[in-house]
Amino acid sequence: MESLLPWTIVIPLIGAGLIILARHRPNLRETVTLLTAAALFLSVVSLTPAVLDGGRPSLVIWGILPGLDLMLRVEPLGMLFGLVASGLWIVNSLYSIGYMRGNKEQSQTRFYFFFAVSLAAAIGVAFAGNMLTLFMFYEILTICTYPLVTHSGTAEAVKSGRTYLGILISTSIGLLMVGIIWTWNAAGTLDFTPGGILKGKVSDGLIGVLLFLYMYGIGKAALMPIHRWLPAAMVAPTPVSALLHAVAVVKAGVFTVLKVIIYIFGIELVNGTAASLLLAGIAAATLLFASVIAMQKDNLKARLAYSTVSQLSYIILGAAIATGASVIGGGMHIAMHAFGKITLFFCAGAIYTAHHLTLVSELNGIGRKMPVTMIAFVVGALSIIGLPPMGGSLSKWHLMLGAAEGEQFIFIAVWMLSSILSVAYLMPIVVRAFFRPLPTPQSVGVAATGGEGGIEEAPLFCLIAIVISAAGTFALFFAAGDIGQLLAPLAKP
Amino acid sequence: MIAEHFPVLVVILPLVTAPICVMLRHGGRAWLLATIVTWASFALAIALLRQVMDTGAISYLLGDWAAPWGIEYRIDQLSAFIILIVTAIGSVMMVFAPKSVTAEIPGDRVYLFYTMYLLTFAGLLGMAATGDAFNLFVFLEISSLSTYVLISLGKERRALTAAYRYLVLGTLGATFYIIGVGMMYQMTGTLNMADLAVRLPAVAETKTILVAVGFLTVGIGLKMGLFPLHLWLPNAYTYAPSVVTAFLAATATKVAVYVLLRIYYTFFGAGIFEGLPVSNLLLALGIIAALGMSAVAIFQDNAKRLLAYSSVAQLGYIVIGISLVTATGAMASILHLFNHALIKGSLFLVLACVFYRIGSTKVDDMAGLGKSMPFTMAAFVLAGFSLIGIPLTTGFISKWFLINAALEKGWWIVAVVVVAATLMAVIYFWKVIEAVYFRPRPDGALVVTEVPALMLVPLWVLAGANIYFGTNTNLSVGTARRAAEILLGGGG
Amino acid sequence: MAFPGLINYWIVVILMMTGFYIVISQGNLIKKIVGLNVFQVSVFVFYISMSKVFGGAAPILDDSIETYSNPLPHVLILTAIVVGVATTALGMALVVRIRDAYGTIEEDEIQRLEAEESEP
Repeated sequence: MESLLPWTIVIPLIGAGLIILARHRPNLRETVTLLTAAALFLSVVSLTPAVLDGGRPSLVIWGILPGLDLMLRVEPLGMLFGLVASGLWIVNSLYSIGYMRGNKEQSQTRFYFFFAVSLAAAIGVAFAGNMLTLFMFYEILTICTYPLVTHSGTAEAVKSGRTYLGILISTSIGLLMVGIIWTWNAAGTLDFTPGGILKGKVSDGLIGVLLFLYMYGIGKAALMPIHRWLPAAMVAPTPVSALLHAVAVVKAGVFTVLKVIIYIFGIELVNGTAASLLLAGIAAATLLFASVIAMQKDNLKARLAYSTVSQLSYIILGAAIATGASVIGGGMHIAMHAFGKITLFFCAGAIYTAHHLTLVSELNGIGRKMPVTMIAFVVGALSIIGLPPMGGSLSKWHLMLGAAEGEQFIFIAVWMLSSILSVAYLMPIVVRAFFRPLPTPQSVGVAATGGEGGIEEAPLFCLIAIVISAAGTFALFFAAGDIGQLLAPLAKP
Repeated sequence: MIAEHFPVLVVILPLVTAPICVMLRHGGRAWLLATIVTWASFALAIALLRQVMDTGAISYLLGDWAAPWGIEYRIDQLSAFIILIVTAIGSVMMVFAPKSVTAEIPGDRVYLFYTMYLLTFAGLLGMAATGDAFNLFVFLEISSLSTYVLISLGKERRALTAAYRYLVLGTLGATFYIIGVGMMYQMTGTLNMADLAVRLPAVAETKTILVAVGFLTVGIGLKMGLFPLHLWLPNAYTYAPSVVTAFLAATATKVAVYVLLRIYYTFFGAGIFEGLPVSNLLLALGIIAALGMSAVAIFQDNAKRLLAYSSVAQLGYIVIGISLVTATGAMASILHLFNHALIKGSLFLVLACVFYRIGSTKVDDMAGLGKSMPFTMAAFVLAGFSLIGIPLTTGFISKWFLINAALEKGWWIVAVVVVAATLMAVIYFWKVIEAVYFRPRPDGALVVTEVPALMLVPLWVLAGANIYFGTNTNLSVGTARRAAEILLGGGG
Repeated sequence: MAFPGLINYWIVVILMMTGFYIVISQGNLIKKIVGLNVFQVSVFVFYISMSKVFGGAAPILDDSIETYSNPLPHVLILTAIVVGVATTALGMALVVRIRDAYGTIEEDEIQRLEAEESEP
């Protein structure tokens, strides 16, 4: 048997079809989702040994233009992204079942359908063998997530959806596509090649232009000032925010950034150029500003969204510094942040499902009612801040190592400052939850029917998902070595 | 053998059938005949394209009169491609037509509709097939006159004024064209295109020829709706019967572009661009069209008119491609001819379905149709994505080559223009989408259901073609490349 | 070249401009079509003029004649005249229908009516 590579795209699509067929039987439909997620994860896992051994499973789907194929090719970074996305889909599906039923959301079949298609697109992005294929799946991902963002169909959702699609489509068509065509024009190929394809083909000035076409063209990476779509996307149901806007979509963005830096430009070409310094500066500014904004947000999901914007720029900064350790750190951070942030979003969703609370200021004493959820929240928060023994600490370590390697010490200071800021926007939530008294029932209204001290957790499915993802965040601290080993080839030119 | 008569058969068949339709005096029978004939033409067109791709250009002497004196039909890769586009769109439209036509045109005139449709069809094919400059004028007028009639068949009375205005401007355009042809004849003594190509370079610098280029450009520019000669177009598209709009948008302007390509590259050769500021002029007009008309489209509240302006804007892309005067540029233009025919064909067919159900194409009236006409509207979304240029659709392929051609020449500003116009396309397209999917049906509005399968199937054939030719580009890109090479290689 | 010289072509230009001017300036739809006809006629004259060969006879084959005038433009113009007649007929028919629908054939009147229509 050949590798399961083509199945990684096909399985979610088949799943999507089956979901439609099972639309009248919710239990069957959810079972299909879970089974599809599991099958997808297994098929992705099956590719791992080969990639670890230095193999690069690849597959040409068909030639789309003369000399330009639609092709898949698995390399370490894509492998990692694929594993994270497909693995977390299982957890997230569990969570979705609890959340969607708990909140009695409408049009659940549409929800699961587009979710499955989005996953197919995310895997396509992960395993794309050249820039055109990546671009294609990138656009499909944008379009398929739109119905999820506007799921509720309210005026606010439509407005946010407009921001979402407007920014993502206009940056990708307006800048990224031009960048890609320009690259094709200059280099005559778009294949992802270790060491890059642009070396010696373009002038320094053009490298700068291309760098910015890519960095701002990849709107999903949410570099300021085109980050607005991400907070806007928070109108979506929480499972969407969790998996797509903390993992699949945003990570597809930074993943593309890393891919472009590593395989299109080549880290040697980028390292130390004026354009990359400017880019690093913008990323650093985004990182800090977003943290500051996050502090001011009272809406829990909005705060987490800005935290995501900030964390994404960690990875962009790593890519802009462009040393071996910094890109490995960036790659690693994709996994670390994914687990940490999805845990946080799960918690936010659980709080909403159980008590219909969305604001940070309403969370006084919630830890007593939802102890499991809030402990998981602490785990996620620690990972985001970057404290051991959570996974987030190690990716940060690599990133800082990379900055030192590139002798750009200022960015080490930026990361440290950012850690302090993230303490400032995450820890108050924990403090409120555990150390403030519960409000009197009147002031919370219907939500506080459980009475003082009673435990009122979210539905079981949600809780299981939260525990798994929190455990994963913890486990990654110990798995970091393996991830580092997987990503090691990235550092070699 | 019959195959050698294909070049003329493809034109003659619909031309001769048209009067038969009049004699039938029955809408249904006329439709059946017209459908059979358009599909037969389509089959002939496929055969022709294959033949041309295998053996090169075909020359057919009408009545066996030798070439420069008799009329020659000459089918090369480009004309075969155009013939294929026209017949393909024309035959799909015929399958779609009966219900929509019955709904929009009084029963006693339906057979006349099919007559006129066949005449337009024949005229367009004749323009593409002929190798004689004056014969082209005749076919131009055949197609134009029947088009005026088709437009005037529209339901609202404004269709009449739209047709009248088009008649005046169209006649001016055609007359400009024969003035140009007359001047060329004066200088060279020939009307045969291949012959002109041989003789024109010797006199290319004379004032007469320069003036002729001006007349020809303006004349054909009027027919193709080249900004700022497009004034007839929005009204004509808006008030014509829905099927007519779809057919014209997908074919008529495309054939006019073909004629422009012929004039520049075959008659004069690429050298014409050196002596005259034609390319700068076209570039400027193309840019203004792409940007300005996209901006105007944003503010339209009738979807048909919105798409009409979008057509003028898209034509800007094509003209930009021509103005680059490179093989890639010409290829991008030819490719976009094909792709845009598919895109606008499907979009206008969707509007035909909408009109069939709700009797209006105002954006506000279309609110909430996403739920009641899911398949129709899905086709709209698909074709709209193609218009924007999302990968996997034909629109992306067009943009890819156009931007590539611009960058190849170092004109990155053109790339910026194309991108800016695309962003505006996102805006005007999204305006419709939001109304369709996110606004409820207006109070008291008709409760509507999906259109019948007879309309859905042809619609989806066209919409699906957007995906097919967006992923499998062998036919479109291959043919466009050969055609562009032949154009720029000189000779017909 | 003495007086007659290029007079045909001058006439062509004058007719052409007159016709064009009428088409643009006249608000009456019938008059516009008249202008269009004048415009087309100028082209007929243009073609006929250029087919003249000095000293040439009518193009009827005969052994005694050496030079003929060029017959081709005449034939072309015959076609163009037919096209012109068809256009005029169609234009007139449209004007009749427009009068039925609007009750006027003055362009500014029609525009006013249409403007009222689009702002209910």
